[in-house]
Amino acid sequence: MIAQNVVFWILAVAMVLAAIGVVRSNNLVHAALYLVVVLAGSAAQFILLAAEFVAWVQVLIYIGAVIILFLFGIMLTRAPMREDLSLDNDQRLAGAVVALFLLGVLSTLLIQAFGDSKIDITGPQGSELVNNGRAGTLAESIFSTYVLPFELVSILLLASLIGAVVLARRD
Amino acid sequence: MSVLATLALDIGWGSTLAIKTILVLAIIPFGALVLGYTFLLKMMSHMQSRLGPMDPGGFHGWFQLVGDGLKFLQKEDIMPAEADRRVFAMAPAVIVMSTFLIFLVIPAGPRTIVEDLDVGVFYALAVSSLSVIGVLMAGWASSNKFALLGALRAAGQLIAYELPLLLAVVGVVIQAGTMSLQGIVTAQQDGSIFGITAIGNPFIFTQFIGFALFLVAAQAELTQPPFDMPVAESELISGYMVEYSGFRFLFFFIGEFGTAFAFAALAATLFLGGWAIPGVHGATAELLGPIVLFVKLMAIAFLMFWVRFTYPRLREDQLQSLAWKVLIPIGLINIVATGILKVAVG
Repeated sequence: MIAQNVVFWILAVAMVLAAIGVVRSNNLVHAALYLVVVLAGSAAQFILLAAEFVAWVQVLIYIGAVIILFLFGIMLTRAPMREDLSLDNDQRLAGAVVALFLLGVLSTLLIQAFGDSKIDITGPQGSELVNNGRAGTLAESIFSTYVLPFELVSILLLASLIGAVVLARRD
Repeated sequence: MSVLATLALDIGWGSTLAIKTILVLAIIPFGALVLGYTFLLKMMSHMQSRLGPMDPGGFHGWFQLVGDGLKFLQKEDIMPAEADRRVFAMAPAVIVMSTFLIFLVIPAGPRTIVEDLDVGVFYALAVSSLSVIGVLMAGWASSNKFALLGALRAAGQLIAYELPLLLAVVGVVIQAGTMSLQGIVTAQQDGSIFGITAIGNPFIFTQFIGFALFLVAAQAELTQPPFDMPVAESELISGYMVEYSGFRFLFFFIGEFGTAFAFAALAATLFLGGWAIPGVHGATAELLGPIVLFVKLMAIAFLMFWVRFTYPRLREDQLQSLAWKVLIPIGLINIVATGILKVAVG
């Protein structure tokens, strides 16, 4: 599908530019706001892949909660209005090398795994894809096939929640 | 636009998208004006015996809002010298965009809906939480400590009340068996109470706890009194909005009342059956839908503004403990009870 590809590339370029903005910005709040663009872009990518529910979870959890906690934390502690040059350091070259290496590893992996496979969105494969993205299908697999991992994750989250409360208590 | 499809108009998806966008963009200021006019100016003036807004233009002060609008437009656009210019300018737009996105899933008729998402109500609550980013941007970029304090209060409050709002809706979702707003409306229209189908089964009867929770949490999400800590004019002047003037301030105003309109519509859809009248289907429902929804929405908005004009402001610690210690436990109990009853009664 041509339209999907065009949208994918527009989103991908916007996401990459915003991601560069996150690491290049000398202003913490600006970096967090650039991160909003990156996360919104990945939510849009999920919609392109017909994973509607995951996309809105991404919006609610990452943009609606995680970023707000970032911003809240930054503003509550230092609230830097101006650029902070000490955020920049001379490890750019090392950073670029690591980033390029990661890009190489991930793209090799993805191309070797899914290289030529295509999804026919108009055919039965497409409707299966849409069905898999529905909240109902997702809920069924979480609460039947994957119920044990799901419960384990909840216990882990509960434990870390209690841990945070214990650490933050003053008495 | 499905109504146009009924009228047998053949239009491409590009123009459909444009029409939908323009319609929703028109609804936001319309809703803000209707609520601002009916409740903020007229109802409040009557309840609090205010003479000012009842005067301009003669009859019930009908000219007041026009005058206010003209005043806003001719105000100077001021930006603090130390402000972060781009973020400062973007913040009101982010808030209005969040309002715009909510309206996309609210149905006003069997086919009058921009997009009937499978996860409609979840989507609506997810995008409504985006306005907090706008508030934080506004408060921080103003480079003013009152604005920053207001923004931080807003963020803390909106995160706290997001949870009871979601929990209140879960009961409705369990009862209807779907998250699609259109599905929730149909479940209420075609439902029955002890076999009586005359009024359908509006979820306000079975989910009255959820309804109360939703209204309280929505009031806090809208930062309306008694939950107006973020804008508290007697403490923080007007919080994150303090540096905004003229047209940009108007954006905040439209965002606030437009979101109130959206939340009232959402509550009407979830608990009062939305656009539906039991037994009315097809083209009649299509025609009556928007009117029915509007009437129900105004009834809910009346309740919200009644509370707004009656109660004094809560203290910050009272506000937080109300959310975490009262509303969230009640919401969780409501979910458990609804789940058990759903399995037991069916």
